[in-house]
Amino acid sequence: MILKCIKLCTISILFIAIVGCSTDEKQTVTTMTQLVKQDEFDVDGAPDNSMWNIETGIGPNNDGWGNNEKEYYTGRPQNIKIEGGVLKITALKESYMGKGYTSARITSKGKFEQKYGRFEARIKMPWGKGIWPAFWMLGANSSTVSWPQCGEIDIMEYLGNNPTSFFGTVHGPGYAGSNSISKIFNLTNDRFDTDYHIFGIEWGEDYINYYVDDILYNQITPAKVPGEWVFNQPFYIILNLAVGGNLPGDPNSETTFPQTMLVDYVRVYQ
Amino acid sequence: MKNIKINYMKNTFLLAIVMLVNVSCERDMSDEATLSTFSKNGDVFIDTFSAGLGYGAFGGSNYTAFTVDTEVKYQGSASMRFDVPSEGDPRGAYAGGVFIDGSGRNLTDYDALTFWVKGSQAATLNEVGFGTDFGLNKYNVKMQNVPIDTNWKKIIIPIPDASKLIQEKGMFWYSEGAENGLGYTFWIDNVKYEKLGTIAHAQPKIMDGLNSTQQAYIGTSISITGLTDTFNMPNGINQTISIAPSYFTYTSSDPSVGIVSETGVVKILASGTTVITASLSGTNAVGSLIINSLGVFTSATTPTRPASNVISLFSDSYPNVPVDFFNGYWGGQSTLTSLFSININNNIDNIQSYTSLNYVGIQTQNPPINASTMGFLHLDILPRSVATTNFTIKIRDRGANGNIDSDNNGNATLDDKEISYIIPANQLIVGNWKPIDIPLTGNILNQKNNLALIVFIGNNNFFLDNLYYYKN
Repeated sequence: MILKCIKLCTISILFIAIVGCSTDEKQTVTTMTQLVKQDEFDVDGAPDNSMWNIETGIGPNNDGWGNNEKEYYTGRPQNIKIEGGVLKITALKESYMGKGYTSARITSKGKFEQKYGRFEARIKMPWGKGIWPAFWMLGANSSTVSWPQCGEIDIMEYLGNNPTSFFGTVHGPGYAGSNSISKIFNLTNDRFDTDYHIFGIEWGEDYINYYVDDILYNQITPAKVPGEWVFNQPFYIILNLAVGGNLPGDPNSETTFPQTMLVDYVRVYQ
Repeated sequence: MKNIKINYMKNTFLLAIVMLVNVSCERDMSDEATLSTFSKNGDVFIDTFSAGLGYGAFGGSNYTAFTVDTEVKYQGSASMRFDVPSEGDPRGAYAGGVFIDGSGRNLTDYDALTFWVKGSQAATLNEVGFGTDFGLNKYNVKMQNVPIDTNWKKIIIPIPDASKLIQEKGMFWYSEGAENGLGYTFWIDNVKYEKLGTIAHAQPKIMDGLNSTQQAYIGTSISITGLTDTFNMPNGINQTISIAPSYFTYTSSDPSVGIVSETGVVKILASGTTVITASLSGTNAVGSLIINSLGVFTSATTPTRPASNVISLFSDSYPNVPVDFFNGYWGGQSTLTSLFSININNNIDNIQSYTSLNYVGIQTQNPPINASTMGFLHLDILPRSVATTNFTIKIRDRGANGNIDSDNNGNATLDDKEISYIIPANQLIVGNWKPIDIPLTGNILNQKNNLALIVFIGNNNFFLDNLYYYKN
């Protein structure tokens, strides 16, 4: 009887807690509302070269961008183009320059860099094992200060074989790679490859808030990183669609190609 | 013995239905106002039978395989327990049955049937699904070879197109045989229809995703086969299910040549070519059926010999004696055989179709044929592809010992007697019936009272009709 009572009590308490949460005021997700930069991808053709650089190849050290990725990035329209109001980054399975896949990667380095702000993009994901799209940022000093000292803010990384989740991460000195500070967000009764979702951060002095759609799901502050906080300086934006490599593993027989990451917009607020 | 083949259309509903209500409820489907009256309850078995649910075992299965277990359960107070019989169990060869709601339910709000399962040992569930209702099984779905183990595990069976399930009676069905000959037990709990929202990228297929070509004649029908749908599941793994033809919408590129019914049967109307394609919920299916209709089928000449002078193995003109098989599917054999029925002005002409011939045997052992008063074997052959080797027909008498005795080359030994009759390849003309009459002479002249085997050796495709022994 005592056990039963405790169990019932616990259930009651949980119930109250849940009700309390749902009747709370709406969560404040973002506070920065002044739009300072945007690309709505409304002009068909190549990405706007006043904002974006197209990075090609297999990385500066010829190592699959440090991740043993299996794609070769190109600027060809079959890998990257704007069409019908969206940016399409498409991974193809083809032999090209010694690699088995092609895809694309753009950065705003030297063209749009900013310290702090609200960075968000509306993206519909590709899918399948080995498919690894990302919306992320690197410190603007990345050419002179080596990684991870330059800092990396991953607003969204997604693995095509986990269609119901994505993760947001920071890398810095003492907390990079497998020791990075990361949080996975799991979607309930939905997946990220069937419709668009908004992925963003609101970033200020000594904090980075991570949100998806209208849900604030993480905050990272200097207290949460076991090393130097390197995020009080300008960063630039990167959008890419990787194939294979150490993190996602390589595509398998169930991975269908082509796979396209669709980006409706990138917006930056202060 | 994991490969139990069950034709559910032929299964009889033998076990009493528990708690079945409102069996005779038939509603007018054209009136949308009545559709909402079918229960939208998604629960099938949580801790007990949901309202309206009954159980029936498949014919030939162990009817006592299913019980409700209050000891082992995933959640709540009870689960469904299934005791799979060992091979040779006199109570039944396998465990299998259907959970039916006799009134039918409206499942249009759901996208999957889910349940939790565990076994007394690791095993592979042969088949689970829904849509089997001991009726037309119009929207049947089958998931095959589902791995289970000794921990509870959630299984998700996607619904290919829930908009069709406005009055589905077949809530859940299963069929499982012994593992390596031995029986075991598995439990299923929390069976329910759910709206998961996490199943995506349906890829339907017909003809197993291939572009398959078949020849046909006016008046014949061809069923579209190899119907599957593959989904990307919430765990990122692709899951393929076999689905009933009525989930698809079919298109014939030339409806004057062939039209497709809702149940995926193509009726051939004229000569020419038509390509059958399909879609499911607006997604084009991979694969197609290319039908080359050769026009009017010309039957073999109708036999005129009196039946009293004939012992027939296969003919629409005579009563036929028992034949063990028209293809023994022996080792090393490529030959395939199917019974081909052609409707000519509402007269059905049955023909044995042989394809990819290397060798094939027609056996009459039960009983053997006593042709001691007969003088010939007759057969009509319609070559359907060019033969590049001679066509050999062997006739075997098995002798008195009751066995077909052959050496390593397949030739008669011991008390067996055999003759070979050779048709040169250049006498086989594609599209022309060739009547063949073989004298029962030589080795079998004085031993033809236990005829047990006719063998064809060659390398073409052909139709066979009017196979009989006769005397003049």
